[in-house]
Amino acid sequence: MTPVFAFRDVACLRGGRMLFEHVSFAVAPGGAVLVSGPNGVGKSSLIRIAAGLLRPADGAVTVPPHRALMAEAAALDAARPLGAALHFWATLDPAPASATERVAKALDAVGLATIAAVPVRLLSTGQRRRAALARVVASGAPLWLLDEPGNGLDVASVGLLEALIATHRAAGGAVAVATHLPIALPDAMPVVLG
Amino acid sequence: MSGLLALVARDVRIAWASGGIVNALAFFLLVTILFPFAVGPDTALLARIGGGVIWAAALLAALMPVERLIGPDAESGVLDQMSVRGFSMAAVATAKIAAHWLGFGPPLMVATVLAAGLLGLPAETLAAVELGLLIGTPGLAALAVATSALVTGLRGAGAVAGLVMLPLAVPLLIFGAGSIEGGVQAVKLLGAVSLVLLAGAPFVAGAAMRGSLE
Repeated sequence: MTPVFAFRDVACLRGGRMLFEHVSFAVAPGGAVLVSGPNGVGKSSLIRIAAGLLRPADGAVTVPPHRALMAEAAALDAARPLGAALHFWATLDPAPASATERVAKALDAVGLATIAAVPVRLLSTGQRRRAALARVVASGAPLWLLDEPGNGLDVASVGLLEALIATHRAAGGAVAVATHLPIALPDAMPVVLG
Repeated sequence: MSGLLALVARDVRIAWASGGIVNALAFFLLVTILFPFAVGPDTALLARIGGGVIWAAALLAALMPVERLIGPDAESGVLDQMSVRGFSMAAVATAKIAAHWLGFGPPLMVATVLAAGLLGLPAETLAAVELGLLIGTPGLAALAVATSALVTGLRGAGAVAGLVMLPLAVPLLIFGAGSIEGGVQAVKLLGAVSLVLLAGAPFVAGAAMRGSLE
């Protein structure tokens, strides 16, 4: 099967320092990449290269045109209700279902449906992380790029995250997860940096 | 395209909700009120310098929101998310200029009527000032967004923004205030300056925002 997501000999140069070189992998639909390694080794940079936010110093990157990123910043407007903040991003995502429908489903999936009307600034850390996850779920993108998705989540929420990733993969989606916390990703391709 | 319109609508809503628009207008009116106190209640003198006072006050008021135009979106990851969705930073900057002008230009022109009353400007001077503001404020909005993008991430960005923006706004001030008595030639030059700023700012701001992503 042709890979939907692949790195070939990718190198990353940050601030004059080579973070990693010769990183190669290829993932078919339904596949996963698990990026691990100690702090400061370039896990987030790898995710940002996949998202197209950083240029690789060398190598070639294959990604689908539509992808969803979950990074440290939630990118949700603090003063707006959670549902409306997610709706803004959902309208920008090219997906067949209506934005309203996708947001409602995503909020349900992360267990935040009851607080859709609460302003984002009042959410707790864990709720904010789940809201960012809902943004990824609502995007309908074939490739999810998750940078430390387990940060700030309790045990039950990590289980929820794992279940959502499994559902996404079962539907033919691919995922890349950079994490220092244990997250269950069956048959994931390991990429160990550093 | 519809995505950029959504961004414009979002930015205008945030500007209203955060009180940024009201603050800038209040500051504009305060500056115009300061002049009669400083130069004295000489009606003839105030009517003569009033147009220039309004232009200078508009320039200072345009500085007020500069810090929050790009910085908060760079910090909260909004620019990252726009980029991941395939929007170029120059396109995002264009949307931000449009949104900033909508929240700044027309309200400023309404407040100018009030300021003209306070300064005792004759009706024809007010009409000339309003025409100048209509032509000049888009350029001012473009300059504000470009400045905001350039100073994003700097410590004390607000202070640096003033130093970057005010010198570049001098041509707008010269031709804007000049258009009150200079006639159609000055209006054309004001339009030219405004267009140059509008055409260049999205690329300058886009490049600066692109740099802040990395």
